Amino acid sequence: MTRPDLPTRLLDRRLMLPALRAAFAKLDPRHQLRNPVMFVTWTGAVFTTLLALPGVTRTEHPGFVVAIAGWLWFTVYFANLAEALAEGRGRAQADALKAARQNVVAKKLDSPENHLRFEVVQATALRKGDHVIVSAGDTIPGDGEIIEGIASVDESAVTGESAPVIRESGGDRSAVTGGTRVLSDWIVVRIAANPGESFLDRIIGLIEAAARQKTPNEIALDILLAGLTIVFLIVVITLLPFARHAVDVAGQGTPPSLPVLVALLVCLIPTTIGGLLSAIGIAGMDRMLRQNVIATSGRAVEAAGDVDVLLLDKTGTITLGNRQATAFLPAPGIGAERLAEAAQLASLADETPEGRSIVVLAKERYGLRERAVAALGGQFVPFTAQTRMSGVDLDGRRIRKGAPDAVSRMVQDAGGVVPAAVEATVAEIGQSGGTPLLVTDGATVLGAVHLKDIVKGGIRERFAELRRMGIKTVMITGDNPLTAAAIAAEAGVDDFLAQATPESKLTLIRQYQQGGRLVAMTGDGTNDAPALAQADVAVAMQSGTQAAKEAGNMVDLDSNPTKLLEIVETGKQMLITRGALTTFSLANDVAKYFAIIPAAFAPIYPVLGRLDVMRLSSPAGAILSAVIFNALIIVALVPLALRGVRYQPLGAPALLQRNLLRYGIGGLVIPFLGIKAIDIVLHAVGLV
Amino acid sequence: MTGKSVLELLVFVALLAAGAVPLGGYLARVARGDRHLLARVFGPIERGVYRAMGVDPAREMTWSGYATAALVFSAIGYVLLYLLLRTQGVLPLNPNALGAVAPDLAMNTAISFVTNTNWQAYGGESTMSHLSQMFGLGVQNFLSAATGLAVLVALIRGFSRERASTIGNFWADLVRGTLYVLLPLSLVLALLLVWQGVPQTARGTVSATLVEPLRIDDTTMVTTQTIAVGPVASQLAIKQLGTNGGGYYNVNSAHPLENPTPLATLLESLAILLIPAALCVTFGHLVGDRRQGWALLAVMFVIFLPLVTMTIAAESTATAALAQDGVAVNAGPDAPGGQMEGKEVRFGIAQSAIWATATTAASNGSVNAMHDSFTPIGGLIPMWLMQLGEVVFGGVGSGLYGLLAFVLIAVFVAGLLVGRTPEYLGKKVEAFEMKMASIAVLAPATVVLLAGALAVGTTAGRAGVFNSGPHGFSEVLYAVSSAANNNGSAFGGLSANSPFYNTLLGAAMIIGRFWVMVPMLAIAGAMARKARVPVGAGTLPTHGPLFVGLVVGTIVLVGALTFLPALALGPIAEQLSAR
Repeated sequence: MTRPDLPTRLLDRRLMLPALRAAFAKLDPRHQLRNPVMFVTWTGAVFTTLLALPGVTRTEHPGFVVAIAGWLWFTVYFANLAEALAEGRGRAQADALKAARQNVVAKKLDSPENHLRFEVVQATALRKGDHVIVSAGDTIPGDGEIIEGIASVDESAVTGESAPVIRESGGDRSAVTGGTRVLSDWIVVRIAANPGESFLDRIIGLIEAAARQKTPNEIALDILLAGLTIVFLIVVITLLPFARHAVDVAGQGTPPSLPVLVALLVCLIPTTIGGLLSAIGIAGMDRMLRQNVIATSGRAVEAAGDVDVLLLDKTGTITLGNRQATAFLPAPGIGAERLAEAAQLASLADETPEGRSIVVLAKERYGLRERAVAALGGQFVPFTAQTRMSGVDLDGRRIRKGAPDAVSRMVQDAGGVVPAAVEATVAEIGQSGGTPLLVTDGATVLGAVHLKDIVKGGIRERFAELRRMGIKTVMITGDNPLTAAAIAAEAGVDDFLAQATPESKLTLIRQYQQGGRLVAMTGDGTNDAPALAQADVAVAMQSGTQAAKEAGNMVDLDSNPTKLLEIVETGKQMLITRGALTTFSLANDVAKYFAIIPAAFAPIYPVLGRLDVMRLSSPAGAILSAVIFNALIIVALVPLALRGVRYQPLGAPALLQRNLLRYGIGGLVIPFLGIKAIDIVLHAVGLV
Repeated sequence: MTGKSVLELLVFVALLAAGAVPLGGYLARVARGDRHLLARVFGPIERGVYRAMGVDPAREMTWSGYATAALVFSAIGYVLLYLLLRTQGVLPLNPNALGAVAPDLAMNTAISFVTNTNWQAYGGESTMSHLSQMFGLGVQNFLSAATGLAVLVALIRGFSRERASTIGNFWADLVRGTLYVLLPLSLVLALLLVWQGVPQTARGTVSATLVEPLRIDDTTMVTTQTIAVGPVASQLAIKQLGTNGGGYYNVNSAHPLENPTPLATLLESLAILLIPAALCVTFGHLVGDRRQGWALLAVMFVIFLPLVTMTIAAESTATAALAQDGVAVNAGPDAPGGQMEGKEVRFGIAQSAIWATATTAASNGSVNAMHDSFTPIGGLIPMWLMQLGEVVFGGVGSGLYGLLAFVLIAVFVAGLLVGRTPEYLGKKVEAFEMKMASIAVLAPATVVLLAGALAVGTTAGRAGVFNSGPHGFSEVLYAVSSAANNNGSAFGGLSANSPFYNTLLGAAMIIGRFWVMVPMLAIAGAMARKARVPVGAGTLPTHGPLFVGLVVGTIVLVGALTFLPALALGPIAEQLSAR
């Protein structure tokens, strides 16, 4: 789902013009200093330009030096252009987001209880802990939590999804994002972020790359590239005394001129990867964004590529939506209708989809109509992760429904017994992959409710794909082990955690991490927050609570838990793109040597002319062709850097073989063809 | 190439593999401190040494502690050796009454032996007293090799440990390596060599009456020959086994008394590669996955075999110029064929070429033929093998730890190519490891180029060059490559015993040794601290042919890209002109 107003084509004209301008601004040496490879290139360009000034170089044709200088500038410029294009795509998104933030006024409440006394202030004046009231048509002034009310909210400014969503106080749908708009009703929001720290601000900051920090692998690659640059620098610097000595002993020729040495240096240092490195990183973040995932750092995106365990919530990820009640299975001697009535009573105030489905089923099967718990004078007992049951206290009756083991324990504590037939029913439901709920009235077990899960279509194949990538999938569910096992088998996950509590999730994650594995998980509820904070890659749902979003290092604006799979692929893609271009860049050097060494040394040792396997037109043509190839290959690879190398879910050896052949062997062969072609063109137009 | 050459090569490789496998297993037991036969015999000596040194072998060191110990130990070794060389004239065991070694030569020689380079800017029999040979050079032959061995073992511990802050005890590793590996092996080899006729005596010289007196002019008739002898076999054994290469005689292994029989030659050339090859097997044992060791050994052979074959081929055919001058380039009943200048007739083409390639693949540097006289390609290959960083076999310990730096770089690129933070043996390869591996790989290469530039860029440097044209440049390039990569073999033709070269090459040897050793120990420390990532389908296996190919590619590409321009002005230009 991409925002309709955003440029989706890789090289959109709307992005091209600003990028062409921005690339000029990036010629500033302070900008180049951040990248050692490009800084050397930049220095080489400046140096050659000085050499091209009239009267400075006498040995070469002045046009040749000017051409070398020009193409060195192009090399730097093209690298800047790649970065500017990548940034431009992000900036278009940032601009759209910024528009949502502008000129928002807030109705700041003096106290959260009194909705009538408020003053109108600028959204930027709001501080953490302030309360605001937002009515229909208003834009929500900042990130926060609804403490009162319910409203339909248009979140398209952030998510791109035009269908409004319901936000209400309490529960897991209480978080709202600044910049979104209330369509109906009103809500009181407690502001959770100071200006400049909000979710939207963070996204904008990240997109604009100002806050972009280098990822660990990027730093390591930078070091390798810097090392290679230093070596090539020394190779070229020492070449001058070597060649001078050769001239002395051979008694002929001249050492290569300075422009030739600079040209050789720039051709040898890994300019292809050096020039595209930052573009790859920015484009990776951008690709995440296009999938509607906001990562709080590039580090998180990169870590996603390394994940070896995925913890997936069963509900919504593996199974379709929510479980539905499909049958009432009464205990011996209890009428089905009595069970249905009690189950319905226990579920009346239960707003979860399961609870709703019980109410609906009771109505359909036994004509029991819905009632309001409050009207009956009952007291609703909400579900908690610890008790794992909910119910109602009504006229002295304590009606409960919940997880069989929790309910059984309560029944036994109250002196009751769970009939063997009911236990058998529970086990049966569990084995069939359904979820049993026990319904009790005081210490009396009334029977079980059968809730059924439907596994999403195609999910099995996705898991098989993940297995091929070497990623283990673990299903997290509150269900009992039997139920969990049945669904796990049906969905094809590798493992499952049944009867999950926030603590057991946290323990499981820690266990995997102790074993050296990188864990990714998705979550939306406040009780997911500790586990999200512990996981290496934690994707919070935009629909989730503020606590979950703060604990995660990514937010999925579509609130689609399956998105984790795409996130992993994007992370891998970013690394592969870097690796591919590094390999390509280094392999290129072989051909460049075969172009430049004969050209530079043949005057000293004419026999070295035999190394000119490409049969280039002239020494000047050979050197110029190599430099031009070196500059143009950056442009040619910009689309690849921005789009990323296509990832295929293969095992590591197959993937390595494929990419080595493509970028290693390709990198050896292509420059021979490219340099020869450029030389032919230069020769044909009479330039050399 | 003749059938005989091929046969000689095959026998050589087969024997090497047959020796490396059991030795590798034994070395692993020694490295782990396991019980073994020799530990029972020499255990009391080992414990005695610890007591004398005041060392607790069980006290583990951090990487920096380990590196400090190795550096301090090398520094002390340097000072002692330097003082010994300077004072040998007044010390005992000097039957030939040789004087003190000149300061710059003593410095160069001390560095050379402490860094396991064994570059010799002097003629052994005419410069070094028996005391210097045995208690100076001989001792360092053992200790510098044992230091390399210790550092490698520490690095392997770094890979195999998990969440550990220490990588072993340097002194324990040093003592065990010397006592249980180098000494026994040298003893066996020395005895075998004595059996083959290599001298082992405290006498200085023997006189022989010539069967056929030599008439120099009308008045001078030579009837006796003075032959230098001494503790040759013991020096020779460790010189070969410890990848030292510093010969007892100036002409090194080409001397008939260093190399009296074909069997002696075979044993000596096997001894060059034996420990470096066995250490790959040891690596597999110690990291708990034998295949990892096989892969590293395969990397070495995949580079070595084509190069040794090319050297034999280049020397067998000689050049067109030689053929033109009527030299018998084809092997026949009464001609060995090929390019025999500078080679001993006793060895012939294959044994000279195998030795030359082996001695430069390993950082041994002993020679049995004049590399200077090889064909340009035959000279290029030994030179390039050194420039690759002495990682194809390489020095005892240092070869494998140098290779592991390349492995980490290959793993890093491969990891990116499969979309996963690179890991080797379950350990993540991150920025710090890349920094250290880059230094270890690039420092020696950088030194070769800079020292070469200094040599040809200065009058003092050019003064030492004998030949003109590209060959003269090859002589310089070979010398700096040999020193910076701690090989020590000499091409010949370069007058290296001058203050300029003694200082330049001394500095190159120090950087080439310690700028690899210390970064690799830093990697050991970093790796030991890391948790192990379990192997999964997303993990890149580091033992298959694909990975071997990748490491080979990395080594060859880095070596080619760094040295192609320089080689073009030396052997390549020469080869192309010779055609």
